[in-house]
Amino acid sequence: MSQVALKNLTKSYDGKNNVLSGINLDIQDGEFVVLVGPSGCGKSTLLRMLSGLESISGGDLEIDHARVNELPPAERGIAMVFQSYALYPHMNVYKNMAFGLKIAGAKKDEIDRRIRHAAGILKIDHLLERLPRELSGGQRQRVAIGRAIVREPKLFLFDEPLSNLDAALRVQTRLEIAKLHKDLAATIVYVTHDQVEAMTLGDKIVVMHDGHIQQAGSPLELYQQPANLFVATFIGSPKMNLIDGIVTEASATGVAVKVAGDQIVRTEVDGSGIAVGDKVSVGIRSEHLWEGDAGSERFHGKVNLVEHLGEANYLYLTLENGQDVVVRGDGERAVHIGDTIALSAPAAAFHVFNRDGLALRRLKPGNMVAARHRVTA
Amino acid sequence: MKHKVTRAAGTGFTHLVLGGYTLLALFPILLVIINSVKSKDGIFDSPLSLPTAETWSLVGFEKVLAKSPFIHFFGNSLTVTLVSLVLILVLGAMAAWALSEYRFRGSKLLAIYMAFGIMVPIRLGTVSILELVVKLELTNTLTALILVYVAQGLPLAIMILGEFIQQVPKELKEAARCDGVGEFKIFFQIILPLIRPAVATVAVFTMVPIWNDLWFPLILAPGEETQTVTLGVQQFIGQYVTDWNAVLASLSLAVLPVLVMYVFASRQLIRGITAGAVK
Repeated sequence: MSQVALKNLTKSYDGKNNVLSGINLDIQDGEFVVLVGPSGCGKSTLLRMLSGLESISGGDLEIDHARVNELPPAERGIAMVFQSYALYPHMNVYKNMAFGLKIAGAKKDEIDRRIRHAAGILKIDHLLERLPRELSGGQRQRVAIGRAIVREPKLFLFDEPLSNLDAALRVQTRLEIAKLHKDLAATIVYVTHDQVEAMTLGDKIVVMHDGHIQQAGSPLELYQQPANLFVATFIGSPKMNLIDGIVTEASATGVAVKVAGDQIVRTEVDGSGIAVGDKVSVGIRSEHLWEGDAGSERFHGKVNLVEHLGEANYLYLTLENGQDVVVRGDGERAVHIGDTIALSAPAAAFHVFNRDGLALRRLKPGNMVAARHRVTA
Repeated sequence: MKHKVTRAAGTGFTHLVLGGYTLLALFPILLVIINSVKSKDGIFDSPLSLPTAETWSLVGFEKVLAKSPFIHFFGNSLTVTLVSLVLILVLGAMAAWALSEYRFRGSKLLAIYMAFGIMVPIRLGTVSILELVVKLELTNTLTALILVYVAQGLPLAIMILGEFIQQVPKELKEAARCDGVGEFKIFFQIILPLIRPAVATVAVFTMVPIWNDLWFPLILAPGEETQTVTLGVQQFIGQYVTDWNAVLASLSLAVLPVLVMYVFASRQLIRGITAGAVK
């Protein structure tokens, strides 16, 4: 397995406009890195640059400390799993898996050993004689992964491998990929537009937007300490609530923001880089807006819509000051459309973003649920 | 119930049309074959009747096979057709792959140039082709015919195969490249097997005009040594006397290879013609 370094990579198709620029990223041995972002953000292009299917316009790509910019895909030691699986339709499963090895000149018994081994891991032993068209979507996906495994690559590349599967199969395959990662101790780069997939699979998530890396970090880091507005709203479902306001007090221990309706919201973020009178956005996640008055910052809102998920309700409210927010409420509590309910949130739960959309550092990220229990107990 | 009746009527009508057309198309061939095994009197007395014990005669075949170099002509035709066919298919498929897969300077222009070949009949260039062949000292050789037929067949082959190659998913080629497969291997082991129906279609469409061609053999290779079947048949057709037995017998024989080819290719051919029509 191996280490991968992306140093100031750029990609441009016409030599003028960069579709990707300033991509710096270190991938450790055995790490599961997820590239996530909306469509058109350049994540697939970046993956294809790693694979060698797309040329690199600038910067360096290093695998195991060796520059591989100009190497063809086969010599980079990578294996790619495509969204459409890309199985050779006229070859059976065994031949599909053997093809690359045969081309590379591996011995027949070695090929056989590797295929049996991979088939065992993926539980596709009984399918080896079948043609791709005789397989279900999930089985094809396994074969595609198996074809990657037998090559024993330094780096696995997955390009949205689950998006052609139905919801139930997607969850199951997601778990299997996570398990595979543990079992093989493989270095994996995985592209998806689904932030749930990203959160559940990644050791490191790289959020991309407009050809730039917005933030790279562990799932919790991204969730609790998003670097900017884009990451804050992209990670987490439902989207983080944002309220515009003006700073009335700012210090290293907290920032107070006046929002619509002249309400003052106190937040526990590092306000050293900001001045009184600055325009900011205050962010609060739906699960940090609590029904009741357990938190220090209080609001009232009228319920417009209720989504019942079973364990929780998503309440779509309009606050007294006219702001729309989403609240994750207790699923067992009866709430009706038109009800006015009291909401509150602890000062530590707020995110604050300056005029450029960059986040101020939160002083006490995490532990909101514990805080709530402490207060209510 | 009514629905069923109309549908049955519809199917009946379709079959009527198809059957009628089949009859129309097969009638001349049938006529040739029937009359080829009749005596001269049999042919002229009642050309439409089946051979009877009286009129049955294989004199035409005897004349063609024993007393003329027909087998030799046949061999010439076969050589020219098969070599041209192989060259057209291999070169055409490779050119189609190159034009649809790689972007290089002038690739668009080249594609348009090839498309031109479909629009302009090659016979318009007969005079210059003849001059060229004479200068190359290729008159009365099979090589001259093969070269001309390859040029004649390539444009359409490239066009049709290119369409099919474009339908092969991009990911397949990329997966192969990740597998370390060279471009030639990708073409021969991934692309070619996938477009086999198209290749069969092109093979039939290309073969028939070459086999049947009279024009270029007559102009470029009319020598005794290099005559093809279609040209060879002409020796039985005279200005004043035509040996109908021999003409019909040799025509019957000439149909055979195309028929054999069609039988082999027909399954693939039907898949090729209807590909994309369903699904």
